[in-house]
Amino acid sequence: MIVGERKPLQEIIKAVEQYEKILVLGCGECVTVCMAGGDKEAKETALAISVSRKRAGKPVQVKSHTIERQCEFEYLEASRKLIEEADVVVSLACGVGVQTMNMHYENMITLPGINTTFMGLPVQQGVWVENCLGCGNCVLEETMGICPIARCSKSMLNGPCGGSQDGKCEVSKETECGWHLIVERLMKFDKLSALEEVKPPKDWSTSHSGGPRKMIREDVKL
Amino acid sequence: MTMSNLQKALNSGAFVVTGELGPPKSAEREKIEHHGHLLGGVVDAVNLTDNQTAIVRTSSIACGKILVDMGLDPVIQITCRDRNRIAIQSDVLGAAALGIKNILCLQGDHANFGNEPAAKNVNDLDSINLIRALKNMRDEQSFIGGEKLAAPIDIFIGAVENPFADPFEYRAYRLAKKVEAGADFIQTQAIFDMERFERWMEKVRELGIHKKVPILAGVIPIKSLGAARYMKNNVSGMSVPDEIIERIKAAENKKEEGVKLCVEMIEHLKTVEGVAGIHLMAVAWEEIVPEIVERAGLLPRPKFD
Ligand code: SF4
Ligand code: SF4
Repeated sequence: MIVGERKPLQEIIKAVEQYEKILVLGCGECVTVCMAGGDKEAKETALAISVSRKRAGKPVQVKSHTIERQCEFEYLEASRKLIEEADVVVSLACGVGVQTMNMHYENMITLPGINTTFMGLPVQQGVWVENCLGCGNCVLEETMGICPIARCSKSMLNGPCGGSQDGKCEVSKETECGWHLIVERLMKFDKLSALEEVKPPKDWSTSHSGGPRKMIREDVKL
Repeated sequence: MTMSNLQKALNSGAFVVTGELGPPKSAEREKIEHHGHLLGGVVDAVNLTDNQTAIVRTSSIACGKILVDMGLDPVIQITCRDRNRIAIQSDVLGAAALGIKNILCLQGDHANFGNEPAAKNVNDLDSINLIRALKNMRDEQSFIGGEKLAAPIDIFIGAVENPFADPFEYRAYRLAKKVEAGADFIQTQAIFDMERFERWMEKVRELGIHKKVPILAGVIPIKSLGAARYMKNNVSGMSVPDEIIERIKAAENKKEEGVKLCVEMIEHLKTVEGVAGIHLMAVAWEEIVPEIVERAGLLPRPKFD
């Protein structure tokens, strides 16, 4: 899933200072699950904006609404009336949702209300970890299903660096060393010799390094 | 192909001594020269760190050139942290053109340790990719992308290994992989935990790696109790046992105790099968190097024409 974190309320309030009719737009997918931008958070954010403006003596009209999936045009279309009534939209969807809104409603400004952080998963209640960078050329089959690109702070391909200690990454004691996990899992399956091969430098052109990516599939085009 | 002084020293069978010089946070050539003078004649080659612990300093290649001008043999360090393959290969050519022969390949500490924690960590290559890339530039006259160098280059390729990092079981295999990738010599992380180092060396010998490449064991003289504690708690990948901290703490003259400890370590390392020499890292305490090398019975250094 895509994981995000709501921006500090003060930052959101400041960003909508000049507007009178504000719509806070949640998304029903990933950000609902990671409790950053679902219906509950949209309502809370709208309330916070409204209270703060009232206190400042500049009351505004703030509504909140949640769209099932902000990253597809069809879903956005269903709420056209509500969206067009507003002066500005604060989207609590990930960066993709915010941009889908701006593409679809060209005459309206949609501002981001969350910081999109990473692709990952919740490992326990309230704890999410990053585990894929969308590099465009997956190597998980070589690393026992643990991503060396996302889970190693240096995206190394040939084994752990010299900073790995007690299973932790040198970057922080809170961060697991991805390579420690890979080596342990290789040992568990008696496959450590798989690491002997000197892997060539990664071809980063399939990642964002190659420029913004686009995928075209003729077989599914209409 | 002409050999670097380091290469000659290693080939001579002498117990080799390399030193280390930390480039300044300034463009003061005199400082680099001053430290160069302290190390000249006392060590066989001098490492120049590449923005060590991600702190901005004078470039290792520029410092390497200054040492070449002084008649010393530099070992320039190159990390994967700050440059992509285009910049690294270009710098290798530049270094070779300036008469620098020894290049040590490292991954590099993460930028969050240093004075530019907001920097983008490049890591286009990893350290093993880097070693192989240098080997291919020299032996195949080939860049990573496949294009050919217009003329051969003459470099001597070093790699590092840290016996104190985890997973311990993998560390000797990792060294073997670096040798397979193309390393000509090895320098280790500084040793304080001799017992663990010896366990690692056992595995290294079992794999026969010490017969393929010379291994220089890293040592650091401890200057003060604060320095020992700092290394124990703040330096990535270092292991300083409590007994060492206690020994320095109990000593009246801490500097002398640090020197004594370092000399004892070197004496011991001379007896470890497969250790071809030491890499003495007295960064910010360069003036002590002549005394340590002398007291360890390693002077004079061999001279070659
Ligand atoms: S290798 Fe690439 S695609 Fe596969 S999990 Fe890692 S970042 Fe994602
Ligand atoms: S400690 Fe582990 S995760 Fe961190 S950079 Fe080194 S190998 Fe990668």
